Amino acid sequence: MPKIKLPTKSPKIDMTPMVDTFCVILIFLLLTAQMRSPEPVSVEMPFSISETPIPDFNTMLFLISQDGKVFFNVDNGDDTTYKFRRKILEEMGTAYNIEFNKQELDLFEKYPSSIGLPIQDLKRFLSANAAERKTMETGIPLDSADNQLAMWILYARQVNPNVRATIQADTNTEFPAVQRVLNILQDRNVNRFNLVTSLEAVKINLDEIQQ
Amino acid sequence: MQVEKGGKKRAKKILPHMDMTPMVDLMMLLITFFMLTTSLSKSKVMEMILPEKLRDPNAEPPKIVASRTLNILLGPDNKIYWYTGGVSPDEYDNLPPVYETDYSDQGIRALLLERNRALFRKINDFEQQVLEGKIRIPRDSVQSAISQLKTDDDTGPIVLLKAYKKANYGNFVDILDEMNICGIARYTIMDIAWYEEQMVERAAGITSTTASAN
Repeated sequence: MPKIKLPTKSPKIDMTPMVDTFCVILIFLLLTAQMRSPEPVSVEMPFSISETPIPDFNTMLFLISQDGKVFFNVDNGDDTTYKFRRKILEEMGTAYNIEFNKQELDLFEKYPSSIGLPIQDLKRFLSANAAERKTMETGIPLDSADNQLAMWILYARQVNPNVRATIQADTNTEFPAVQRVLNILQDRNVNRFNLVTSLEAVKINLDEIQQ
Repeated sequence: MQVEKGGKKRAKKILPHMDMTPMVDLMMLLITFFMLTTSLSKSKVMEMILPEKLRDPNAEPPKIVASRTLNILLGPDNKIYWYTGGVSPDEYDNLPPVYETDYSDQGIRALLLERNRALFRKINDFEQQVLEGKIRIPRDSVQSAISQLKTDDDTGPIVLLKAYKKANYGNFVDILDEMNICGIARYTIMDIAWYEEQMVERAAGITSTTASAN
């Protein structure tokens, strides 16, 4: 018996519902998520059970890379409307006898991530392109001879007294590198810190410890 | 009516059919892009309060009961060494032994929970009763009630955390986290003393690198 041959039809799927779904997902993502500002070094965060979200403003962030370089950031959030970053840089400039012009202050104000280099190089850094910037980031000097981190902390707190210290370090950073930063902060009477972590759920079974 | 029939000629209506496939492609691309560039879950922060530094060199650090003291030394290679009590100056030549443990559930957590059992029970019972509605309390004051329980506690250990120089930051956060998990009421972070460095080095089998052994 010969097979009945159906006329071959190219299958045509209506893509409209799919487009609708994607539209919804896209809009959802756009509204809920904020851009991850590119950090100069990637940091693998330790886990904790803490559920407090990281504050959006009034923070100064100390980013400590795995090899102990220290980067500093004053949060962009609401601070930018008060132009805190600009003021801090102006103060730093006066302290180190470096004149920053308006364009450089603008650049620094909008700079999206942490900076980690001696203040003397900052002028050159701001005018450099991305590839050059990468090579210039050697960490903020914090030895006792030239403790620039302490100066950043001083002016950040002077300009915005409500600023809170936030520390973000890599899991494998050696502790003394973190302790150096903690000590500098404690010398300036900052005793409260926020440590940035990722959430990890922990459950303790009470029966286990009953014996 | 008849007149209208001979009027304008209507174009035949075709249902417009657009090919949506390129649009879907584009959307996929955008979604993937946003998924990768955005962080959906914000990172969390853990609050840490360090004791104020003693400015006056003559000021004495506060005295604590030796029997309740638990010293936790964060060692190299994700190891924890601990001992109880203190080391008095005449023990310097013959340092007390340290016990080795790790960051697992059976390691440090079991140790802390065992020592902190009374308080942990109390906190746990309290939370349970709040959940079951036996205690009616505004949500905001749950935390302050728990911290009140912690303040009133006088049986739990007083934990002194000291990091050896080879410990890493992850260890440090882990141990602080354990303090929160086990509901330890009193803990503080201290600088490691030279004899404790020696104790860690001896236990871990590292040849001493500190010259300040006196």
